[in-house]
Amino acid sequence: MNETAATMNVPRSRAWSLFGVFAFVALIAAQAYAVLTSPADRDMGHLQKILYVHVPAAWITFLAFLVVLVYSVRYMLRGQEKDDLLAAAAAEVGATFNGLTLVLGMIWGKPTWGAWWVWEARLTSTLVLFMIFVGYLALRSFVDDPQQRAQWSAAVGAFGAINVPIVYMSVRWWRTIHQIQSSPSTMDSAYVLGLRTNAIAFLLIMIYFIRRRYELARLRRATELIADAAALGGM
Amino acid sequence: MAWREDLRRVRVIAWKDITTERRSKAGFNSVVALAVTILVLFGFALGPEAQALRDAAAGAMWLAALFAGVLAFNRSFQVELESGAIEPLLLYPGSRWTILAGKLLANALFVGLMLAIVVIVGVTLFQVAIPKAWPSLLGLFALGAVGLVVLGTFYAAMSSRTRAREVLLPLLLFPMLVPVLLAAISGSKALLTGDLMHEAGAWIRLLIAYDIIFVAATLLAFEHVIEA
Amino acid sequence: MNAESSLAIDAQGIARRFGARWYLRGVSLQVRPGEVVGLAGANGSGKTTFLRVLATLLKPNAGAAWVYGHDVTRAADDVRRHVGFLAHTAGLYEDLTALENLRFAAEMLGRSPDGLEASLDRVGLAHVAANRVRGFSAGMQRRLALARLMLVRPRLLLLDEPYANLDAAGIDIMNAVIAEVRNAGGAALLVLHELAPAAGMLDRVLTLVDGRIAAEEHGPAANAPPAASTLALASPAGAR
Repeated sequence: MNETAATMNVPRSRAWSLFGVFAFVALIAAQAYAVLTSPADRDMGHLQKILYVHVPAAWITFLAFLVVLVYSVRYMLRGQEKDDLLAAAAAEVGATFNGLTLVLGMIWGKPTWGAWWVWEARLTSTLVLFMIFVGYLALRSFVDDPQQRAQWSAAVGAFGAINVPIVYMSVRWWRTIHQIQSSPSTMDSAYVLGLRTNAIAFLLIMIYFIRRRYELARLRRATELIADAAALGGM
Repeated sequence: MAWREDLRRVRVIAWKDITTERRSKAGFNSVVALAVTILVLFGFALGPEAQALRDAAAGAMWLAALFAGVLAFNRSFQVELESGAIEPLLLYPGSRWTILAGKLLANALFVGLMLAIVVIVGVTLFQVAIPKAWPSLLGLFALGAVGLVVLGTFYAAMSSRTRAREVLLPLLLFPMLVPVLLAAISGSKALLTGDLMHEAGAWIRLLIAYDIIFVAATLLAFEHVIEA
Repeated sequence: MNAESSLAIDAQGIARRFGARWYLRGVSLQVRPGEVVGLAGANGSGKTTFLRVLATLLKPNAGAAWVYGHDVTRAADDVRRHVGFLAHTAGLYEDLTALENLRFAAEMLGRSPDGLEASLDRVGLAHVAANRVRGFSAGMQRRLALARLMLVRPRLLLLDEPYANLDAAGIDIMNAVIAEVRNAGGAALLVLHELAPAAGMLDRVLTLVDGRIAAEEHGPAANAPPAASTLALASPAGAR
């Protein structure tokens, strides 16, 4: 709570820059491997390749929200501003991947289902999750006081995360009860390795993005604290 | 001992909210009027064919209750904010969760009453027959009302103190209420048409779980949100 | 715990900002039991903000403060048990009657609901006990707020412009309450716009200028209109 510019400041480390390079290389390699070596699907043809981005992006979305949950709860328990900044960074990254998941899902869906949108369980749940992310980010933009913003975001972020499995279950029941055929989504074993390697690559990218966003937030906060100290100078 | 004090505070706060709302002229009446107006508009949007109306009845009723309810939730903190009474309220030493609990009780009463009126009007406007399983329907409505009230009240504690309260509360609240709406609307629809698939039970269980989880979560988190 | 836990107020370097504007830039002061201290200053000098920090309604951005040894940020509930705070706005429930407002406060404080009529009588509101607050004048609301404050049985009074909107009788009641708390070993900090109504009550007057304590007057001088030099200080000093 009583942070100083010194404790907020985070120097740009070489280790993380190297990690970033490695993550991007891994991503390119995994994508190339998957796209070039996977056979055409018997139903989808080469459209299947879009899933190498769509599916990992979906997993990362959920993982990012889990990070939001953990750090929101940590903030409520410990009151350290850094935890709030990390949760917010994870929310931004998560929202971005969430948008990506939705758009790719729609692009994949148009040839598959014949429409840009169907109320399929997972796609719909992802849409609701996106709305929850947006609410979280909107709240942060409307609150100026850092401590109030942190406290409120922590509660909203934690509640949103808790709600994700409940939303998913309720949407799935809603679909199955009306006996709508669930979408063809099980993956042939030929594709699993490609998915797994891409999942790991995406995970590295997510960690890198969150880290950089978090560093930026801490730097901003550090400059604010310096300005504070200057204004109080001569106490 | 501390428990009894806390319960007393909850009771007193609920009494205070209910009494002030009852005595204020505007309040509850306008919320109910709005809900009914929304129902009528749904009638125009979805009708006039009888079967279409019957199919949409459950959805229209719950959405009308939700949109009108949003007003009620912001109001439950408005009184204190406008008159400055929030400060003396925060200065009484003691557990903060009691403030939320008292307001939850009062709001549950109001939303429950509003929902009852919405159902009576809705069943009439949308030409719905009262089913044999109406006690289950009543239970479903009660659980759904609790679901709306819990997060509605909690998020209003925050949104009512920002500069964009009218848009922020729905933005935060509506996605979080998806499970409640799905359960309440699907369950109501099922019970109104005889529940041939016995699905209402599953929806009721979902609502119970949701209500318990979020009543606990909001009571735990309230002190973080009200002090700030 | 502060070593000098016998101090009614011990504030050190309290700083607080809203947005980009600093209202308090390091206020340090001490108030001993039995003292009645006035806090004067121009509008916007931070007096109300400081009082609210002591009353645990605001957290300081820097510095620390203790009320009878209890830290205002870490032991807020303990502070609240001893403090009677009177704000600018009365903060009453307008659709409840005067008696109902008091009864609500008594229940929230865990006090018995007996003797509330006597409390109302003490502030001269017995004749409107059953009237809704909505019809009350500002002076009547202030008196009711005072009655509510006394239910706490405070050891420290934090009063924000206590004499505003009060007639002569009301001022006498306010001073009687302050004297009662002081004589029982408590203390009071009054934010004041003008010193005349507090004549004879104040032991000291501190003047806040631009978020800092700029002047202090003791004894009889404390009850006189501000000296010319203080007035010069009271106008906003040039650049920050």
